[in-house]
Amino acid sequence: MTAVGAAAPRTAPGGRALLGLSGLAGLLVLVELLPRTGIVSDSYLPPTSRILAALADEAATGAFWVAVGDTLTAWAIGLAIAVVAGVGAGVLIGAVPVLRAVTASTVEFLRPIPSVALIPLAVLLYGSDLGSTLLLVVYAAFWQVLVQVLYGVADVDPVADETARSFRFGPWARIRYVLWPTALPYVFTGVRLAASVALVLAVTAELVIGAPGLGAVIAVAQTSNAITTMYALIVVTGLLGVAINLAARYAERHFLAWHQSVRGEAPS
Amino acid sequence: MIKRLLLVLGLPVVLFVTWYAASANSENFYAPPLRQILAAFVDTWTPERLRADVLPSLARLGAGYLLAALIGIAAGVAIGANPRLRAAAEPVLEFFRAVPPPVLVPVIMLFAGIGNGMKVIVIVSGCVWPVLLNTVEGVRATDGVLADTARAYGLTGAARLRHLLLPSASPQIIAGLRQALSIAIILMVISEMFAASNGLGFTIVQFQRSFAIPEMWSGIILLGLLGFGLSELFRLAERHALAWYHGLRDAQRRS
Repeated sequence: MTAVGAAAPRTAPGGRALLGLSGLAGLLVLVELLPRTGIVSDSYLPPTSRILAALADEAATGAFWVAVGDTLTAWAIGLAIAVVAGVGAGVLIGAVPVLRAVTASTVEFLRPIPSVALIPLAVLLYGSDLGSTLLLVVYAAFWQVLVQVLYGVADVDPVADETARSFRFGPWARIRYVLWPTALPYVFTGVRLAASVALVLAVTAELVIGAPGLGAVIAVAQTSNAITTMYALIVVTGLLGVAINLAARYAERHFLAWHQSVRGEAPS
Repeated sequence: MIKRLLLVLGLPVVLFVTWYAASANSENFYAPPLRQILAAFVDTWTPERLRADVLPSLARLGAGYLLAALIGIAAGVAIGANPRLRAAAEPVLEFFRAVPPPVLVPVIMLFAGIGNGMKVIVIVSGCVWPVLLNTVEGVRATDGVLADTARAYGLTGAARLRHLLLPSASPQIIAGLRQALSIAIILMVISEMFAASNGLGFTIVQFQRSFAIPEMWSGIILLGLLGFGLSELFRLAERHALAWYHGLRDAQRRS
């Protein structure tokens, strides 16, 4: 008896990477061909080769790397504050049913207030500074984490919880050994979403307020009608996002190796 | 009933009273007394204003959100259920998901002009990802025993989708839809900040630029109320769609 072919056919890791690369290559070729064949005007969408050339030009300048550094600094600080506050508040609210009932309406009211509506407030409090980016990033990312943690806490297996109770686990032990492992996959989803939302808000704040960073550079490229440079910078924001996402996913795989959604993936 | 009402309204009332009392004698130009903001709210958001500015915003929001939900769930199920497709599509999807939607506004403006189409596309381009991502995760995390049982019973195609994949992924899909709702509201506002002649975001920015601070605050409050109302609607829909899931949980809890 062999295990091979017992379940759905699994693709080898090398094959997966190859498939992914072919998908990416397909996109690059498509973007190269669309403007070249005239289906899309090249003043709207420059071909891949020109975008990559503009990207190389940008990467040779020091100002570009300073902008990337500024964006990443705002992102990292904002995300760290939001995750700590979101997980702390989420576990606390989730573990105490009364607290959950009392805060539910307030959370539901504050959460949907779009962080971009706070832009004028951020400007008057901090000007076009790191602070206004941070305000928007923290506000937006905090709710992403909190909502996922609350979903995760609601997902606690009642049998596990009651087993823990009958073994006389204290409140702290129940949080540590029942609630936390159940909520963890949701926490990671929340952190991953928060990480990308934090980048979105960091770049948006820079774009709209003019705080130093990639967004401000994009705004300059846009107003000076440098379409190709604008595309190159947008690609950079996308690449940053991908890097952030890969890091989050790696952490998820590492810390959730025991969970169904990850375990089912592992090549046997 | 009274207890429930107290739970729902208790904290908001406390916060409201605190804000009202703390700001009553505020001299700060940017943080006017709440009394003044409320007066501005009544004066500003007349029925004509609501029809001219809020209704178009809501229509664009609804169109973009529904489109994103349809695309996200359809693509998510297809990608989540097919390991090969997931491997091929993942890097491309990761890239598009990672691009902050606001920086796409100038690009989308090049293609779609500055009309309603642009705003709907901006909303779709931003909120399709949480739905898609959560659907893929949900389908991927389908219980192994259930999947094998379905396979053993020869459940394939539409029946497998209808009775196995969608139900087991639905709690995750709903979580994604909820995320997408708040992102949709954000993008509705941003798209109207860039280029618009009506809409909630446009109006609030006009107030801010003309330093009509109490009116601007009233706009932020209206946005909050709008988000709250939509989220309540969503909760009703969720309770209906996931009744079996919550019922299952409750039953397990009670036994």
